[in-house]
Amino acid sequence: MLSARGVGKAFGATRALASVDLEAGAGEVHAVVGENGAGKSTLMKVLAGVVGADEGAITLGGSPFRPRSPAAARRAGVALVSQEVALCPHLDVAANLALGQEPTRFGVVERARVESAARAALAEVGAGRIDPRARAGDLPLADRQLVEIARALVRWGDRPGAPPPARVLILDEPTSSLGREDARRLFALVRRLRGEGLLVLYISHFLEEVAAVADRYTVLRDGRSVASGAMRDVTPADLVEKMAGRRVEGAAERAPRAPGEVVLELGDLAGAAKPARASLALRRGEIFGVAGLVGAGRTELLRAIFGLDPVRSGTVRVKSWAGPATPRERLAQGLGLLSEDRAHEGLALARSVAENVTLSKLEPLAPFRGAAARLAAALGLVSPARADEAAARWAGELGIKCRGPGQAAAELSGGNQQKLALARLLHHDVDVLLLDEPARGIDVGAKAQIFGLIDGLARRGKAVLLVSSYLPELLSTCDRIAVLCRGVLGEARPASSWSEHELLEQATGAAARREAPGAPAGAGP
Amino acid sequence: MSPARPWQRPWFAPLVALAAVYALFCALSPETFARPEIVATMARQTAVVAIVALGMTVIIAQGGIDLSVGSGVALTTVVVAWLLKRGFGPLAASAGGVAALGVSGLLTGLAVTRLRLTPFIVTLGAMSVLRGAAKGLAAEQTIVVESRGLEQLLAPAGGPALLVPAGVWLALALAAAVAALLHYTRFGRYVYAVGSSEATARLAGVDVGRVRVASYLLASLLTGVAGVVEFSKLTVGDPTDSAGLELAVIASVVIGGASLAGGEGSVAGALVGAFLMTVIKTGSTHLGLSNWVQEIVTGLIIVLAVALDRVRRARR
Repeated sequence: MLSARGVGKAFGATRALASVDLEAGAGEVHAVVGENGAGKSTLMKVLAGVVGADEGAITLGGSPFRPRSPAAARRAGVALVSQEVALCPHLDVAANLALGQEPTRFGVVERARVESAARAALAEVGAGRIDPRARAGDLPLADRQLVEIARALVRWGDRPGAPPPARVLILDEPTSSLGREDARRLFALVRRLRGEGLLVLYISHFLEEVAAVADRYTVLRDGRSVASGAMRDVTPADLVEKMAGRRVEGAAERAPRAPGEVVLELGDLAGAAKPARASLALRRGEIFGVAGLVGAGRTELLRAIFGLDPVRSGTVRVKSWAGPATPRERLAQGLGLLSEDRAHEGLALARSVAENVTLSKLEPLAPFRGAAARLAAALGLVSPARADEAAARWAGELGIKCRGPGQAAAELSGGNQQKLALARLLHHDVDVLLLDEPARGIDVGAKAQIFGLIDGLARRGKAVLLVSSYLPELLSTCDRIAVLCRGVLGEARPASSWSEHELLEQATGAAARREAPGAPAGAGP
Repeated sequence: MSPARPWQRPWFAPLVALAAVYALFCALSPETFARPEIVATMARQTAVVAIVALGMTVIIAQGGIDLSVGSGVALTTVVVAWLLKRGFGPLAASAGGVAALGVSGLLTGLAVTRLRLTPFIVTLGAMSVLRGAAKGLAAEQTIVVESRGLEQLLAPAGGPALLVPAGVWLALALAAAVAALLHYTRFGRYVYAVGSSEATARLAGVDVGRVRVASYLLASLLTGVAGVVEFSKLTVGDPTDSAGLELAVIASVVIGGASLAGGEGSVAGALVGAFLMTVIKTGSTHLGLSNWVQEIVTGLIIVLAVALDRVRRARR
């Protein structure tokens, strides 16, 4: 149904797509995979009419397809559910569903028709419980995504000018922010839509997920389509190899690390809402993993330790300091937090690499020593030149690819941004690192580098508390792992004694139910 | 869009504040405030700010700002006086004043969309340009002219049949029209959509540029109408009139529940906000408070009103 040949697109000097071929048919889930920067998002934007292709030919249902705008693509039956651009948060669900295609009579929007069409479309994606009058911004993320999918499928009858229900649905990283249960529901929906004859183009970093849901795949590398075929003929490892153009080493046996003294100790820590109860002892030279589902309270745990969220009860001890503290005091104690939200919390994207590295510990003005240096520091005098030097040093050490210390953080790739955020903690010389999803949204190669860095830090005596959704990463990187389930942190065990299956059982609460069959009804979660 | 309960609506909190402030002044100064005439007087004083606030609501809801409205009102009074002086009838003179502002709004909208300049900068420039144009057209003087019936628009005694001056009815009619436009038309939906998330609106096929230009055009036309009403109050063309009006207008809109980040704002709220400011001003005058006290009180109430609104929303 959809056929693309030799599609190319350049942004200035950057060639985002060199030559892409894609063949996909109706009633098919077609995965488009590739590392970050391989051109997946650009290809999807071309198909959805967000950007125009420079070269190549695309046909849809046998006729040439060259959408000039998202509205044109939508009228031709191609709808994009993109990850970052979600909905208008201030409008209600029905208004969002109808946005750009409102039925009107004498110029007045037919609100009743909008609402009934919204109800029907929501029911079609199995989200009939969502109130069309609810404000989109008040919905949980998974529901907002369902609303977006419903928007692609809404039926307006044969009203002139209204787009038909989509024939091609493009899902861009649909599960990156979903919990496992919501993701499972989404897969069921995707399969059902396939059964109804839709072509679903599915873009994801999670290869296991792709393998589970897709029928066929196309691999992009450096703006070219390098492989495609039936999903049942390949394994995730094969896909990684095609994506990277080389075989990526699996979890290599790593040399054991030697944990030292306890530097962070939690005793029944409880935050405002989450975590409910968390105890652990983190040692120098150790990587302690925290597994858990989205919403289990992982981020909240780190925030409570770092002093960003209030502590309701329980104890936090960092080295010899006991009790709660502000983030500023935590940094002074040698504790650093890497946020999962790089764009908003982790980095000042508009500012330079050097400024981002030295933000928490600005370099004092250079030529002074002793009392003069203290005076310069007291006056708040800083040295941009020394900040540049420091940034260049860390860029070299961590392998941050940038044009120089003056380049804006926003211009770096996801992986390099993450290294930059890590560089700030190292520049501050913290020795206890709280890392929240350090590998989120970065490509396979950069992921391996980040985990290599973390491993190196632990070997140099730093203590790391690592939160990650990606279980293979946790299992291969950590010394000990504990599972956080509904705000309660379970027992920590050596990583070697866990299996992925067991971690999942604990995280979903399945293990607790099985181990305590005699528990009274209603005692479950 | 609309939460079901009245107390969840954006204009509810400012309405409560308005009632409270009015009750306070009634208690402090019953001989003036507990009389219906004062309401008519205050409505008359609010008309200009209220009409400008209608346009500002549209602009702020779509994520912009307009700092040039004070200069725009002044320019309108000058254009109207200038045309009257040259023998045009009152209707033609008014139409000329509104049209002049329409041109300025169109140019502002095009500068914001085509040149991709931030509205703050464009309208800061327009503020100076329009003020200068007014002064130039008026040769840096007040244009004194026979107002030929236009003064009746805001004459205190609108006749018993009208209850309030015709200008106030005009403001209310325009308010109803703008509210209907925002709620029941595609354009209105797109105003909120663009202000809420421009990228989403664009992806949904909304012509964001056109919505923006239309918003600035509409708002400027309304500012022009307000300028005609202002002329009827002044009965002269005054190029130095309405300096600082933009702050009163923006304050009214924000007190009425609009977010300067876009996506929110209601006509009812803006009207309540504008009226609230007049009540505070009138009440302070009747209590014998000096001008400087009034200004401090007004400023504090603006900040307080918005702060309370934030608290209310955070709890939701």
